[in-house]
Amino acid sequence: MSLLEVRGASSFYGDFQALYDISLAVQEGERFAMIGSNGAGKSTLLRMIAGLLPARGGGIRFDGQAIDALPTHERVKLGVSLVPEGRRVFPSLSVEENLLIGGYRGRRGHWGLGRVYELFPLLKERARRSAAVLSGGEQQALAIGRALMNNPRLLLLDEVSLGLAPVVIRELYDRLPAIAAAGTTVLIVEQNIDQALGVADRVACLLEGRISLAGRPAELTREAIAAAYFGI
Amino acid sequence: MSTTSATAVPPFRVESATPASRAAAVVGLLLLAVLATAPAWGGSGFMKLLIEFFTLLALAQMWNLLAGYAGLVSIGQQAFVGLGAYGLFVGTDRLGLHPLLAIPVLAAVIALIALATSLFAFRLHGGYFAIGTWVIAEVFRILVSGAKEVGAGNGVTIQGAAFLGPQGRLALTYWLALGVGFGSVILVAWIMRSRLGLALRALRDSEAGAESLGIDVFRTKLAVYLIASVGCAVAGAIIYLSLLRIQPNAAFSVDWTARMIFIVIIGGLGRIEGPIVGALVFIGLRETLADFGSLYLVILGVVAIGLTLLAPRGLWGLFVARFPMVSFGAQPRLVMGAQTPGGAGPPPGTTPTEVA
Amino acid sequence: MEWVNAVIQGTLLGGLYALLATGLSLAFGVMRLVNLAHGDLNILAAYLALVVVTATGANPLVGLVAVVPVMMVIGFLLQRVLLNFALGGGVLPPVLVTFGIAVVVQNVLLDVFSADSQGLDAGPLENASVTLTDQISVGFFPLLTLLVAVGVLLGLQFVVSRTQLGRALRATSDDTEAARIVGIDHRRLYSIAMAISLGTVAVAGVFLGIRTTFGPSDGPQRLIFAFESVIIGGLGSLWGTLVGGVALGVAQAVGNQVNPAYQALAGHLLFLAVLAFRPSGLFARRTARQV
Repeated sequence: MSLLEVRGASSFYGDFQALYDISLAVQEGERFAMIGSNGAGKSTLLRMIAGLLPARGGGIRFDGQAIDALPTHERVKLGVSLVPEGRRVFPSLSVEENLLIGGYRGRRGHWGLGRVYELFPLLKERARRSAAVLSGGEQQALAIGRALMNNPRLLLLDEVSLGLAPVVIRELYDRLPAIAAAGTTVLIVEQNIDQALGVADRVACLLEGRISLAGRPAELTREAIAAAYFGI
Repeated sequence: MSTTSATAVPPFRVESATPASRAAAVVGLLLLAVLATAPAWGGSGFMKLLIEFFTLLALAQMWNLLAGYAGLVSIGQQAFVGLGAYGLFVGTDRLGLHPLLAIPVLAAVIALIALATSLFAFRLHGGYFAIGTWVIAEVFRILVSGAKEVGAGNGVTIQGAAFLGPQGRLALTYWLALGVGFGSVILVAWIMRSRLGLALRALRDSEAGAESLGIDVFRTKLAVYLIASVGCAVAGAIIYLSLLRIQPNAAFSVDWTARMIFIVIIGGLGRIEGPIVGALVFIGLRETLADFGSLYLVILGVVAIGLTLLAPRGLWGLFVARFPMVSFGAQPRLVMGAQTPGGAGPPPGTTPTEVA
Repeated sequence: MEWVNAVIQGTLLGGLYALLATGLSLAFGVMRLVNLAHGDLNILAAYLALVVVTATGANPLVGLVAVVPVMMVIGFLLQRVLLNFALGGGVLPPVLVTFGIAVVVQNVLLDVFSADSQGLDAGPLENASVTLTDQISVGFFPLLTLLVAVGVLLGLQFVVSRTQLGRALRATSDDTEAARIVGIDHRRLYSIAMAISLGTVAVAGVFLGIRTTFGPSDGPQRLIFAFESVIIGGLGSLWGTLVGGVALGVAQAVGNQVNPAYQALAGHLLFLAVLAFRPSGLFARRTARQV
């Protein structure tokens, strides 16, 4: 059984339809990457799965349970954690407080303050500082750490590399195996195709709100990806 | 408002009027003509009821302009009702002016006072603006309550209109109320078709968006605040030309603003028809529930809460949802075809085709 | 000496204003809600204490143990049943709904208790005093009031800065959507915030009820005093609110010394002066660690 199953779901911003009839399945333990250009609907998909946007006309199942009607906080309780676009760390909270609030639902598991600090030692050094003064890369690490504190079964990563220097992006992506090794299923949204192909077990491409391609990285040709990505 | 087009563009104009709005204007004018003759045939009770209706209508239109169109929720409009009342007293009794002259004079002075209060009120936003305006009204109440020149806490009685005789004063007050009631509707309709109205509409959609279009949000809101303040002052003066006895605690009572709020919420926020419907329902409710005392206000409060949450566009909004029509032309449309020389109405004999 | 006394009295009263203001400030900080019924709910708390005192003969200060929880439940339910539905749709709905609640509370009180002024009697405690010098003596009760106010503020400060609930309140204040992402039920949190708000309002209501008389129509004035304390102190700071409350209390006491009719006016004028010359408040310090 798939951990996450989206079947025929659409999503709207007001009258604007952002997603058309999306179906996808992510297996437990998998690293799944969703690529697509700016505005293709990638973030919308993650927001829909997290419950920040309603899914229309389809269904979302998590571990076999229909979660469409559940509010975001109930989904978090089940183990769906989102690292949102733009990091959205809490500026009024210190670094450590950001992590502590990440564990708000009290789900037990591998991750705790100590393990997150092991994963991102920089955060430990900055523990008492306000999250507002961190650099972009540090904030991204904090946002990931905050989500891990929930001990999620499914981690939704939205545009981790956005606006960061290549070396910082590499550092963050280097942590991904450790996260997956702890048993967390990861659904990554990326604009950067190479980055996504490098870490994912499976890839799908979104084009103008529709899935235009899906498969294992090794099975996909560059031409097919380019066509699915740019729609040419 | 008509828009002049460059030669390359086909002639067009922005049109707000609809057949329904023209019909409403004709009916309104007929109604005005009939009502204007009321002193000749109506009893004094009837006329007093209409004075109350039309002054409340004017107050509610002003509050609707503030809150419904400009997003400025004031709970301090009683400041201007009270200032209008005392302005009338000073004009007629202290300066010896005819009420018809006293009212424009007090309007001008109170416009300046409103400008001064805006310096404080506009530092606040949203709900805090609401309380801030309330504090300002309280300051006026306390200052006037301490001013021996105007009777301090006991208040004063207007005697400068006695020369008109009871019948003459009633007729004059009635005509003034009629004027301010119809005037407020026409004023708001005119504003919404003017540049200010376009700015307000943009502002209501998005304040940041309006700013990026080059609309001066601050000046737009200030203009509305000044208009509404002077409007409330004039209505207040007319109310007290009818009541004669002015006491600071009553003239500066928040109850004035509460009435405006109830009328607008009941009728429909942000719609010119709202205050008309609301004032009718408000007076109707009061007449039927008068025996309930304070319970009447409890009911009113519950109705206001319920309507805000369940039907934020009020009774008129519910009505329009069922019978779509725009009676006073709130939505401007682009009309292709012959150009008007500069007036708001359609040129005689043309049948423009609507685009939007 | 009268002036020194006025300042001392004002300072002691200021603690109560700060307490009154804290609830208003908390609701605004967490959910951007300006509760226009704040003052009327404060008066409601005083009447609840009156009911408890009349029914049991207890000292009103003892009655706090009943009044505070009841007001907290009222706050929780009010938020859950009404106010949550008024949020998220712009400035107008919360203002209009809380205004409606204010009118309802005020007139229900009027209907049940009549317009007569009431007072709460705390017994001999009210007349006891501590003598500082020959001319200056401080009433024991006002002193207790200030201590309780500071105590409640310290307690709140602890909750906000050190507990998971406090972190959740600050996180929601920062970014509601991000708070939902970490699993916070923001609507439930709003209800808790309103419960805390009305809990502090209840304490302030009982103490003010002992200090002065009250009637059903006194709510708006209480709202205004709370609001002025918030603005004078500067938005978003718990201790700023204390400074604001004390500044307002002192201004009122000094105004009262000039002419008893100008007690409230002096406070209003201080408020307007702050608005004109220092609109971010005397104590504006929107630090990262405050709600």
